[in-house]
This record gives sequence, structure tokens and C-alpha cells, in this order.
Amino acid sequence: MTGAAGRVIGRSVARNEDERLLRGRGMYVDDVRAPDALHVAFLRSPVAHARIRVLDVSAARAHPGVTAVWTHADLGEHAEPLPLLFPHEHLPHPKTQQPLAVDEVDFVGQPIAMVIAENRYTAEDAVELIELDLEDLPAVVDYEAAVDQGPLVHADLPTNVAADGTWTVGDPDRAFAEAEIVVRHRFVCERSSSMPMEPRAVLARLDPGTGSLTVWDTTQCVLPVRSALVAKLGLPEDLLHVIAPDVGGGFGLKGYLLYPEELLVPLAALRLRAAVRWNEDRREHFLASNHQRGQAHTIELAATRDGVITGLRDDFVQDQGAFIAYGLITPWIAASHVAGSYRIPNVSVRYRCVYTNKVSVSPMRGVGRPQSSFALERAVDLLAHELGLDRAELRRRNLVQPEDFPYAREGLFFAGYPVVLDSGDYPKALELALDAIGYDGFAAEQALERERGRYLGLGLACYVEGTGEGPYEGARVYVQPTSGKVQVTTGLTTQGQSHATTFAQIAADVLGLEPDQVQIEEGNTAAFGFGAGTFGSRAIVNCANAISLAALEVRDKALRYAANMLEAAAEDLEVGGGMIHVRGVPERSVSLREIAIAVNPIRYTTLDPSTAGVERFAPARTWSGFERGDGPLLEGSAFWAPSSTTWSNGVHAAIVEVDPGTGDVRYLRYVVVHDCGVMVNPAIVNGQIHGGVAQGVANSFFERMVYDETGQHRNASFLDFLMPYATEVPSIEIHHLETPSPLNPLGIKGAGEGGSISPPAVTAAAIEDALAPFGVHVDEAPLDPQRVRALIAAAPGGAA
Amino acid sequence: MKPPPFDYHAPATLDEAVRLRTELGPEASILAGGQSLIPLLNLRFARPSALIDLRRVRELVYVRAGQDGVAVGAMTSQRELERSVDAARLCPLLREAQRCVAHPVIRNRGTVGGTIAHADPAAELPAALRVLAGHVTVRGPRGERRIDADELFQFHFTTSLEPDEILTEVFFPALRPDAGSAYLELSRRHGDYPLAGAAAIAAGDHVRLCFAALGPTPVLVESDDPADWDAAIEPAGDIHASAGYRRELAAVLGGRALALARERATGGAA
Ligand SMILES: Cc1cc2nc3c(=O)[nH]c(=O)nc-3n(C[C@H](O)[C@H](O)[C@H](O)COP(=O)(O)OP(=O)(O)OC[C@H]3O[C@@H](n4cnc5c(N)ncnc54)[C@H](O)[C@@H]3O)c2cc1C
Repeated sequence: MTGAAGRVIGRSVARNEDERLLRGRGMYVDDVRAPDALHVAFLRSPVAHARIRVLDVSAARAHPGVTAVWTHADLGEHAEPLPLLFPHEHLPHPKTQQPLAVDEVDFVGQPIAMVIAENRYTAEDAVELIELDLEDLPAVVDYEAAVDQGPLVHADLPTNVAADGTWTVGDPDRAFAEAEIVVRHRFVCERSSSMPMEPRAVLARLDPGTGSLTVWDTTQCVLPVRSALVAKLGLPEDLLHVIAPDVGGGFGLKGYLLYPEELLVPLAALRLRAAVRWNEDRREHFLASNHQRGQAHTIELAATRDGVITGLRDDFVQDQGAFIAYGLITPWIAASHVAGSYRIPNVSVRYRCVYTNKVSVSPMRGVGRPQSSFALERAVDLLAHELGLDRAELRRRNLVQPEDFPYAREGLFFAGYPVVLDSGDYPKALELALDAIGYDGFAAEQALERERGRYLGLGLACYVEGTGEGPYEGARVYVQPTSGKVQVTTGLTTQGQSHATTFAQIAADVLGLEPDQVQIEEGNTAAFGFGAGTFGSRAIVNCANAISLAALEVRDKALRYAANMLEAAAEDLEVGGGMIHVRGVPERSVSLREIAIAVNPIRYTTLDPSTAGVERFAPARTWSGFERGDGPLLEGSAFWAPSSTTWSNGVHAAIVEVDPGTGDVRYLRYVVVHDCGVMVNPAIVNGQIHGGVAQGVANSFFERMVYDETGQHRNASFLDFLMPYATEVPSIEIHHLETPSPLNPLGIKGAGEGGSISPPAVTAAAIEDALAPFGVHVDEAPLDPQRVRALIAAAPGGAA
Repeated sequence: MKPPPFDYHAPATLDEAVRLRTELGPEASILAGGQSLIPLLNLRFARPSALIDLRRVRELVYVRAGQDGVAVGAMTSQRELERSVDAARLCPLLREAQRCVAHPVIRNRGTVGGTIAHADPAAELPAALRVLAGHVTVRGPRGERRIDADELFQFHFTTSLEPDEILTEVFFPALRPDAGSAYLELSRRHGDYPLAGAAAIAAGDHVRLCFAALGPTPVLVESDDPADWDAAIEPAGDIHASAGYRRELAAVLGGRALALARERATGGAA
């Protein structure tokens, strides 16, 4: 048996979801019809840190149209802090949030009381009637200072340092003792957020007949949310369904488990025996959906005079916000990527998470990689400068080589697995990027433009991206009994990753179909009961391999039945074009649909004359019972558990122009070299890269969360939080390499986050290069025009 | 982000609108394109007792070009002004400034009268009105009167309209044939309010500059000496730009806008 393998995988087929989504026919949580639903609005803390002296909701309860108003006192057992997901010895002081604040508030936006009313307007009116008297406490805003000074976020803890850990590879102390040159610098990435187009939303409805609760939730993880709600609400799985319909972007922040609202809204539906809806508005999203990024790294490189990097030390602190329910995932991912694409044999990395009076951070696209990559790549540029060596050449001398794979960094861990870079061709990626950006000719062009008063600069950065963490994902593939349409069901969700297309391509490839003949069903716990969710560039690595295995099972069955029907040997059959036919005799063929109908003793060929033809074949079964317990259908189920993580890699290069008069920066070119192993759909990979680079550009020059000294969030709206528009994101030139991963049958690696990693480092390097005549050094992201002007003014050649 | 309760009126004529404006008192607000007012309502920063929506008052929608300038009805969309060929010919500055205002979808709804009445000192059209020495017409219970741009802008978001008056027309005088004009700004993103903006007109030795976002009103200076500009502006700092940085921008953008205006004056081009 042979299929036309590779025929569908690797093709940029149009997206199956486009027709629906681009015409505005998607079904988001707010589109789920529930005209009788009650609406929720929250009273949220107006200050960053305070003791609650008075909380009186009686006037709000008495307001017409209000069904209920809850404070923590009304929650009973649910007033308890939400779970800590990943306890660890490096996290001696974990704190998680109570669903509604008890006695104290720890960040602006923290929910204090919940109003449930006939509509959102009334609910918000009632929120204004709640009497709240707060006694201000000093706010912890500067996380680096908070390591060892000033007030505490949580008075019952001895320190603001929630977590403190160190990972070591080789013998870094010796490497530094023996180094011929050491560079050391502090690099900072500011706190930001990822701003999905659709904020969070939860709708919960109790079916009074069966007592079952259905929860529509914008989560990236329906099954973990279901498990959490089963544990919290005491309903068994058969009475508790979580559905993530279309979701307008997640970027990780919707993979958090659990937000208070995700517990409180279902709880309200259960207690009030009603449908209850909460739509997060943009202001709430700014204040109460998790943030990301904020880290300060002090990094050192040890090297020989001829530019061989022998050691790396990094010591970084993370602005954790007030709580740490997600444990150490973000610092771990930052730490696991700190040596990047380089063969640095001795590494030490210390991470500390510091409580502040701000909303918590949790993993979001990139998750620590952009920060540690910023520190590393800036330090490599600094080393090149100190050595008087070309920065591309320094990188070239230190890259992990193709023959080094698998390349282990013993002592570092990614997603619970030891860090072992599995495959790639890093030198080739670098050369491709240098070539594409015109590295060799750039200096001359730069000099010429400088004479004309234009300041151009080039930035360069390499990155690796650990992807495809387990523990597993699964899939069920079957052929529908009448239409013959292929159905694939998984335990994942999708927030814009195009699963309906890429997953369909996997099944179609095995079954010899076109991708639009395959239907993907996701985001419904009632349809598939096991799995984790869509985050960490893991969905395609885990799920595509599971779908492929399940589809292979379907194909084996189909071939077995087809052999019977065509009275041929299974080895002589070929799969393609939706048909199975005898090799060399295309007219002796049977379609997948005909096989599906033929194996089912309950047929409806009399209802649909077009299917009557199945009777012309020999029987699909050699006896009247079901073979091997196969049942009446073509079906396969499989799970895929990776043995380790797959490592994508790439190189970014950019050319910018800086206006030294205003400090404004414009990208002239942006080149991405990207290797995520076998690409299922290159156009979709490009889309992921575009989105990632756009987020990276945001982190380079636009987005930051601004707080005043009292912890007030000063730019909690799109007026002042500067998400770049299409006009600010450069057009992106992409070059692909495809080094298959040896770790899974399809050779796939993840592609969801790579685009976001390098832009801050590349942009900083390019600005620094453009302003080299002034002697500017860039060690923070994002910059903005004012900071660029300030850098020029402070530089040795400044006073422009 | 839902507004508190308010009464809603949508008069069909200017007379009726003026009557309602008097009757409902200063607690009521005029609603034009809503691009500034609706966000304020949704954030509950503004709590008017009633809205008087002018969208049905069609008599306030026009662009009339004459010898001496362009008269624009208050309810004309910014987009319509931007697209007007006559306006672009008579006052080339308008299209240049208008294109820096937000994005087409917002200019489709935002009105010319709204942006002038809103009097955001960072807004582009107020600076253009002032550098062109324009004026507005307002109507109230005491009848109609004219207010020159120099008198109109009082302070941040404050004009010299009386609480019972409605702005009905904005008049932009034509640029003299021997003059050149230019508008330049630095904004963080395309279409954002500027960190600083400079509108310049040059005719022979005579120059007029008007700066946006550099004081509590658009700041007019009739000098080509950056020291005079620096003395005239009163920039404030915010999270995007300090007062000091805004002063730097005034010098850079003022200089560039003036140079461009002079080049256009002598080149005879727009
Ligand atoms: C995303 C975004 C970006 C923007 N960027 C810019 C920008 O870069 N530059 C810029 O200049 N503007 C910008 N704006 C604002 C936009 O130009 C507004 O449309 C304008 O400022 C107000 O016009 P409006 O017709 O929408 O007025 P409204 O919002 O309806 O009203 C604004 C105020 O003016 C009063 N008012 C309106 N009309 C009259 C009248 N005829 N008589 C008396 N009072 C009246 C109202 O009572 C209200 O107080 C932006 C808006 C948005 C949403």
C-alpha cells in the first residue's frame, strides 16, 4: 500500500476557516445566544495596595434590576485562594489570588465584589452604589528595588522574593576565572501585554432538567478548565461541559488557569439556576488580564581573545505582580533559552520572581525567550565591540554546528525535559540572513547615507525556540457513515492558529483527500476528554502526530475492507483522490465514502440513490460479524507523547532609519530566517511569523505598561497603550529552512512563538548601529523617540 | 464601559437644536460624531443629563468654497473636508493636517465642528484654523455671532462658546497665492494625536507658525526665530513625552515645517 505521501503536507492551501471568519460568521462567546442571561460587572480595586475597611453592598443589592451582589463573604468554600498550578522548591513563598478580595487588595483591577443584574448597564450602575472604604498601604512598584528594600506586598511573607533558583551547566566559575575577556551588562525588558482582539468572556448556563452546566469560555485549555471546575463545583464530567467556540486571539494569557471570573460566573449560574454572562471590557482587560515580559537581566560572557565564548552567567529578576499561580514557568523558559544558538559549555542562570502590586504575569507568546534573548544577543554585540570583531563573525564562531546534534545543555530544563537541541542548521540560517539583508554591502551604503544626513543601522540576532512540549495530545479520526466526510476531534482549542486547515491537511495527507474534505472539531470537552490545550507552540507537534497515527489506523482499515470489496490484495492497493484503487488499474476503485457505507450494516442506500453503487462491490467483510472489534465504522484513535521537546531556530536581521532630530525610528527592512522543521502549511507558518514579529516590534518600540509610584496604571486604554498598527509593522521578508525533527514521525517543530523572540534585540542593535557616530548604547526595550533622543544626548558624541 | 443613564434628543433642525440646548441647560451635551464624546461616556468620565444629537441636522453639512476661503458646516465629516478638491486648492494645509487625524473610519464619523468645539490642544484642525487666522460661527438663544480663532481656544478642551451656544460653521481663509504652507508632526503611531505638531505659513518675510500639543491651546507665533517659539509654547509632560522633549520637537518640527512652507512658497507648489 502506498499513498501519495507529502502531497498535501507542505502545501499553502487556503484556510478552511476563512470563509466563515472573514465573512463575520464566526461564533464567539458573545455570539452564543442567551437572551435570558444575567450580566455580571465587577467592582475592582481602584488602588494598588490597601486594606479594606468598609465594603457595603446593600445599596447595590437594593438597586432595581439587580439579582445578586456577592463579596468574598458570600462565596463560602470558594472564597479560598485559587490553586497553585506548579509548586516547586524554588518557590518557597507562593501566593495565589482569592476569587474576590478578602480584607486586602493587591493590585488595581483586583475583583472585590460581583454584581449580577438584568443587563450590563444596570450591573455597572449598581457597582457605583457599593460603598468601599480603603486604607492605603504603600505600593510596591519597582521590582528590582523590592528584592531587598521597602514595603512588602504580602505582609505575612518575610520577603517580596517569591522564588529564587539557579541552574548550572558545566563549570561557569572556572570559565570566568580562566577567561581572556569578560563583558557584563544589565538589560531590561519592560512589562507589557498581548492584547487579543477579543477580551476574555464567560457564559455559563445550567440546564434545570439534567442539572448539567455548560460553560462557554475564551480559554485556550477547555479540558484543564473542566477539571478545575469539576474539582471546585463538585459536578462530575458528564454534567459539566466547557466549550471554547471561536476565540479572537489568546497569545497565552487565555491559557491561564483559573482566572477568578472563570470560577465565579459558572458558580453564579449554578447557584442562581440561570444563564450568566460576563464579557470582559477593554479596561478590565488592561487591569485584570495577566501581563507579561517585565524582566531585568544582568548577564556576563566569558570568552577567549579570538572570540570563543566559554561561559555565560545571567542573574535576572522578574516583575511577578501580586500572585504566582503559574509557578515558575516564565523564568524557567527564559533560563532554558539563555544560551540561545551558541555552543556555550558553561552556564549559570539565577532567576528570582519578585512580588509587586500589579496584576500577575503569566506565560504569553515568547514567554521569557524574548527577554533572555535580548540579554544574550545584546551581550554578544557588546563582546564583538570589545573584541573589535565583526558581530556576524563572532556569532559564526560560536554557533552550535550541524554535527553537534543532539546538543545537550545538561542542567537546563525546558517544560520539564532536559534541554537537548534536536536538529537544525544554525550556520546556514545565519549565512542566509546575512545574504538576504545584504550584510556585506551594508557598511558602504550606511556611510554614503550618513554623508547625506541619514542614519541607517543594521541589527542581527539568532534565536532558538523550544517547542512541542508534552505530555501528550490525542485525536479521534473517523469517516461519517452517510456523507463519508472525515471528522477529526481533538482536545485542543484554537484562537487563530488555523487548526481547521493544518490538522485537516494531516488527515487528508494520510487518507488521500483534499483538506476541505476533512472537518476538525475542537474546543468541546463533551467531544474529546483528554488533553492539555493550545499553548507553548505545542499543538501541531503533539496533535498532528496523533492525528496522523489515528488516520493511519483509518487507512489500514479502509485498505483491508477495500481489498475485500475489490477482491484484490491489500498490498496492491493505492490511496489517492479520495479513492482506493488497484495499482495500475484506476477503474478498479472504491471511494472512502463507499467503504464507510459498506462496513456499516445499517445503510441508507435506499434514501440516497447515489450510494446504491456500493452494492456492486464484493462484501466489505468476509463474515457477518465485526472484525477485531472494529465496529461498523472507519475509525482510529491515537495519542502522541513526545520523548523530548523539538527546537526550532532562526535568525532575524533588520535595517532601521533613525531621525536624530526627533528620535523617531522607522524599519526599512526586516528579514526572518526560520526553521520549524517540516512545514504543514507554509502560508500559515508565515502568518505565525508575521504575528510574532508584530508583537516583537510592539515590545521593541511601542508597548509598555506605565505605572506611577502609587501603582496606578497610567495607560490602561488603547489611547495610551501603543499597540502598533499595520503602518508601524515593517513588511517582513521570510526565508525558510526545513530541518525535520528526528523526534516525531512527521518531523514537525512548533512555529507559534519564534517570530516574537528576536525583534527587541534586533531593533536595539539596529538603532545602536545607526547612532554609532554618537556612541549610543541600547540596553532596554522598548525604546521610544524620547528615549532615543535622550540616548543621543547622553552619548559621548551626543549634543546633536 | 457602559455609560450611565441619559436622555436622548435628535432634533431635525438647527432651530430646534438651539431651543433644546437652552431648555436642557448646561448639564446636557451636544453629540456630533461621537469619536471623542462616546469614549468619555463609556468610561463614565462624562455624565451629561441628556445628549442633543445633531446627526439629523442636515443644514449643518456642507463645504462651500468662495474667493476668500472655505466655509464648512459643523456637522460635515472630517473625511468630506479632506476629500474636498476646493478646500485642498484654497487651503492645502487642510488636507495635509486632516490626513494626520486618526484613520479614515474615524474621520468618516468625526466632524469638523466636533474637533474644533472639543478644543483638544493636540488636535490638528484647531492648529490649522489658528494658523490660517480662521473663525467660527455660533448660534444661541441670543442669535448668531462670529468668534475668531485667536479668541476661540481658551484652555485645554475649553472654548469661548457659551454653554447655550452651538457651533454651526468653521471658516478657513484661503492661502495667499504667494504663500506656502506645511503641516508636520511627530506621533507615536500613524494617526495618533501628535507628541508635537507644527503648522507653518510663509509668505515673503512674513511667517506664521501654530504648534499643536505644546500648550493649553494651539500656540500661534509670528516669528521665524526658534527662541520666540520656545518662549511662546507651554508644553506639559505626559507618559509619552516630557515637556523638555516637546521643546526639542518644537524646534525641530517648527524648523522643518517652516523650511517646507518656504520651499513651497517659492516653488509655487502646494
Ligand atoms: C482612535 C481615535 C484617534 C483619534 N485621533 C485623533 C487625532 O490624531 N487628531 C485629532 O484631532 N483627533 C483625533 N481623534 C478625535 C476625532 O477627531 C474626533 O472626531 C473629534 O475630536 C471630535 O469630533 P466629533 O464629531 O467626533 O465630536 P464628538 O465626540 O461628538 O464631540 C466632542 C465634543 O465637542 C462638542 N461638540 C461637538 N460638536 C459641537 C457643536 N457643533 N457645537 C458645540 N459643541 C459641539 C461635544 O459636546 C463634545 O464635548 C481621534 C479619535 C479616535 C476615536
